[in-house]
Amino acid sequence: MIPSSFTYKRAGSAEEACDLAAEYGEDAKYLAGGHSLLPLMKLRLAAPEVIIDLGGLRDLSYVTDQGSHIAIGALTRHHDVEHSDLLAREVPLLAHAAGQVGDPQIRHRGTIGGSVAHSDPASDLPAVLLALDATLVARGTDGAREIPIGDFFQSLFETALEPGELLTEIRVPKPAGAGWSFQKFTQRAIDWAIVGVAVQGGRVTLVNMGGTPLRAAAVEAALAGGASPADAAAHAAEGTSAASDIRATREYREHLSRVLVSRALTEAASRA
Amino acid sequence: MDSDHRGTESEQPVKVDLTVNGQQITADVEDRLLLVHFLRDVADLTATNVGCDTTSCGACTVLLDGESVKSCTVLAAQASGHEVTTVEGLASDGIMHPVQRAFHEQHGLQCGFCTPGMVMAIVSLLKENPHPTEEQVRIGLEGNLCRCTGYHNIVRAALAAAEVSS
Repeated sequence: MIPSSFTYKRAGSAEEACDLAAEYGEDAKYLAGGHSLLPLMKLRLAAPEVIIDLGGLRDLSYVTDQGSHIAIGALTRHHDVEHSDLLAREVPLLAHAAGQVGDPQIRHRGTIGGSVAHSDPASDLPAVLLALDATLVARGTDGAREIPIGDFFQSLFETALEPGELLTEIRVPKPAGAGWSFQKFTQRAIDWAIVGVAVQGGRVTLVNMGGTPLRAAAVEAALAGGASPADAAAHAAEGTSAASDIRATREYREHLSRVLVSRALTEAASRA
Repeated sequence: MDSDHRGTESEQPVKVDLTVNGQQITADVEDRLLLVHFLRDVADLTATNVGCDTTSCGACTVLLDGESVKSCTVLAAQASGHEVTTVEGLASDGIMHPVQRAFHEQHGLQCGFCTPGMVMAIVSLLKENPHPTEEQVRIGLEGNLCRCTGYHNIVRAALAAAEVSS
């Protein structure tokens, strides 16, 4: 399969990338690792006329300790998030979950910023970063702004990014020792999650239970009220809008969400 | 392979400059050309197979700057300025790479279609983890499918190559 024709542009800096995006407008798409966008282009589900390759922006690949939070460059690959000693120590949920994305080859190319900006509700890291209450930094031609992750995911493949805005950094607050867990159910090893669950302390989020990553608000409320993991998990599907598709019916996803939230809360409690 | 400058037909070509198996290749290619097609059709290196073409099967696995990637999901233009290694580039002076030799000795292939990708995935795996357990090999090969289901001997080959290299 071959993508439809496009014009390839290589950005040498974040500033140049934003300028190119402003020049070409809605015909252009940013390309990071390409492991979400290129498959869609090969299937002709996406057909941008201009591709702005961010692969040269090496200065947007980093994981640094900023005291209260860890700053992660948007072009940091899943492989580098997975193997970051700093993240393993300070935010083990994120390092672990990055190591569950796809397979080794995919993790050698895919980036954390690409995964977040693509905003596929079946992707792991958006829900994980929602559980971690991350803040996203975006840059446009008018400068940079911070976006709380709770405001970022708007609907299927739709985010709060304005046209041409470039996601440059993910800021993850250091969790205060609370337990964590990431659970993912797939048919085959490298598949997207049929359902996934991330837990960090009292925050519980769901992969693939609606058009965006979701907080399991009823579970969080039950936990705050002192419910046991099993009792809290019974509320996992409340307020969700899971789809039925070739992999699973909505009812099956709702069942899985309760099972996986129960496992996640139990594992998180054992680590707290 | 007698010229170092080759081209494909395109109205708006993009110039790429890759090092493939140690040899520099400069070419004007179509913007949308995938790395796997660059390797097969421009560089005339046809060991790398196109399998599923959907980032699933790993038959097209090559090394990009020493790390395994699926070349059906990388643009040739993205690889410009970087080093690519295919299975043709593993042997030196006619002596097989330890992973290739282990595949031979452990009979790590049946039909052979997945083999180039498996070999490259294992070379990358052993570079990152020179002494993997059997479980780590199996998890490390998540991204490579063998339709003959010949996984046992492939895993044995990976473990044997790790043994030889240690």
